[in-house]
Amino acid sequence: MEAFTQLEKLAAWRDLPWWRKLREDAFARFMEVGFPTTHDEDWRFTNVSSIAQTPFQLATKGSGSVSKDELEPWRLPGAACQLVFVNGRFAPELSQVGKLPAGVTVSSLAEQFSANPGNIETYLGHYLDIRRDAFSALNTAFAEDGAYVRIRKGVVLENPIYLLLVSTGTSEPLMTHPRNLIVAEEESQASIVEDYISLNGGTAFCNTATELVAGDSAVVSHYMIEREHPQAFNISTLRIQQGRSANVVSHSVLLGGGLVRNNVHPVLAGEGAECLINGLFIGNGRQHLDNYMLVEHASPHCDSRQFYNGILDGHAHGVFHGRIVVHKDAQKTDAKQTNRNLLLSDDAQIDTKPQLEIYADDVKCTHGATIGQIEENALFYLRSRGIDEVSARKLLLLAFANECLDRMKRDSVRAHLEALINQHLFQVANAGEGARATRFSEEQGRNWEEIG
Amino acid sequence: MSLLEIKNLHVRVDNHDILKGINLTVNPGEVHSIMGPNGSGKSTLAQVLARRENYEVTAGEVLYDGKDLLALKPEEAAAEGLFMAFQYPVEIPGITNVYFLRSALNAIRKYRGLEEMDAMDFLPMFREKLKLLEMDEKLMNRSVNEGFSGGEKKRNEILQMAVLEPKLAILDETDSGLDIDALKVVAKGVNALRSPERSMIVVTHYQRLLNYIVPDFVHVLVNGRIVRSGRPELALELEEKGYVDIERQALAV
Repeated sequence: MEAFTQLEKLAAWRDLPWWRKLREDAFARFMEVGFPTTHDEDWRFTNVSSIAQTPFQLATKGSGSVSKDELEPWRLPGAACQLVFVNGRFAPELSQVGKLPAGVTVSSLAEQFSANPGNIETYLGHYLDIRRDAFSALNTAFAEDGAYVRIRKGVVLENPIYLLLVSTGTSEPLMTHPRNLIVAEEESQASIVEDYISLNGGTAFCNTATELVAGDSAVVSHYMIEREHPQAFNISTLRIQQGRSANVVSHSVLLGGGLVRNNVHPVLAGEGAECLINGLFIGNGRQHLDNYMLVEHASPHCDSRQFYNGILDGHAHGVFHGRIVVHKDAQKTDAKQTNRNLLLSDDAQIDTKPQLEIYADDVKCTHGATIGQIEENALFYLRSRGIDEVSARKLLLLAFANECLDRMKRDSVRAHLEALINQHLFQVANAGEGARATRFSEEQGRNWEEIG
Repeated sequence: MSLLEIKNLHVRVDNHDILKGINLTVNPGEVHSIMGPNGSGKSTLAQVLARRENYEVTAGEVLYDGKDLLALKPEEAAAEGLFMAFQYPVEIPGITNVYFLRSALNAIRKYRGLEEMDAMDFLPMFREKLKLLEMDEKLMNRSVNEGFSGGEKKRNEILQMAVLEPKLAILDETDSGLDIDALKVVAKGVNALRSPERSMIVVTHYQRLLNYIVPDFVHVLVNGRIVRSGRPELALELEEKGYVDIERQALAV
């Protein structure tokens, strides 16, 4: 409450009446419902009391300093532009906007607020539902900055737009609420990458929300990469609004973070829209990685595909919640959902839950989930051909991860992710049976379940 | 010096004694066939030699190329030149055949202190071997054994053997599930790989395969023991009389 009052005084653009009202409503909503508990069906497998009980402070202006050199190894090569946000605020000195083709606008949201508030009033807050989710309300109440991307009608941007969101360690637990707005007008085409990282330890809570509006026949790829450290809390919500025949692809790759909730919520609002929701989550130690998908079919002849693969080792806990809602008029819906999981240790855990709500009568909906281990037969087969055990494990994990990579376009983002996943899986595979016991006793990580 | 020397090998699986004192010596260049009825322990012997876990050796020893084979991991045995063609080749989605084979070859080369082979050197050699097994190169860009027919899987095993060039190859019921045409292709591949430096152990239930891969010696395994050894004619005798007689004799001993 105190934080909110404080924030009220900060920026002039907060006086924009429409935005002010939205924020106040959102704050009131959050105060009314509070943080969700595991009694809430949508949060059954994820306990956020550790977030509720931590006295997080809002990041103040200029908090945390990051040098260009520190960021260099994290950046995505080959991007059309790179926007860096440090503790939720745009850092122009670390960003490279360069020269973008005509019809492409990329800036910080704060800049748009002061320069062209009219540009965002049409979209911002129109799609993210503060009633549905307390974290969305919290984000709207506290949002100060984020990325603004607009692709004009018919413009095709080849190279990806890269957003790097950095949290830096401070002595106090820090919270940030980045808010991104991506508008791809009709017949435009673009890729956007959101990459979450943390530098120098410290407890941080990043509650981010992105509204992605894809106009008629727009083609948009969105990537979410989570590779923060194990003390990080990350709640992200991607709300996608698709027009007629719009084609949107959402790829999520979760490698890092301590407690992660990845919400993806497309609404297929225009006839003939298509979406692919693709994800890979790799958990280790005491990581908790929750993927909550809500695919809403609101118009006829729309296709949706969800594919999530999970690899869980150590005491990691994964969640896949795939909800498909087919509205009354959404006839000829074709919706498919698959969640496959590999558990590498006895203490790793996965909760997977499909949920179908169908109000139309002419639809095709399928779902499936599998939970397994590394196939001993396959492992022996590889070893019998001379491949050592660690390499063989890694090969099999990579093969499993490749199912997810294969659904991505062959471009620089995929190559980058392939390298990241490769490196990450090597660590997982390397921790063979013997190494496992020692690794746990040394670990300082927290168990999110126990805290609750 | 013999390449493989199995002395009094006893093996237990799930508290059942499966092998009860196997003795077998294989010299370089020799082809030995091990025949026997179902449940006689043929496959167990092949698996133990390929170093599969879950087999408990309760007595005996195995010397391979002068080394204690039972102390080696599967990948070490492979790098030392031992190869087993699987009775049931495993499907591995997500890894292409060509990637798998090059990884295997390079792992073995690395173990032997040789330089890794790059794609430029690998491909011409690989194409030669494909021709030998009459295999389509397109198949090689697909996942390992995924969606392969029974015959394609078995040919793929022999292809791997051709690429990895082992000193000792163990063919575990390579004939099972093959029609005569596929069997001929497999046998042709195997015969092309026979050499004075390469030994083979051909495990089979039926004599049929031995018409095409003619062994130097035939051993009959019954109830965990080799009850008879002889020249290839022994296989024909078995084909005629079946295992019943020989089993009866074995029990009487």
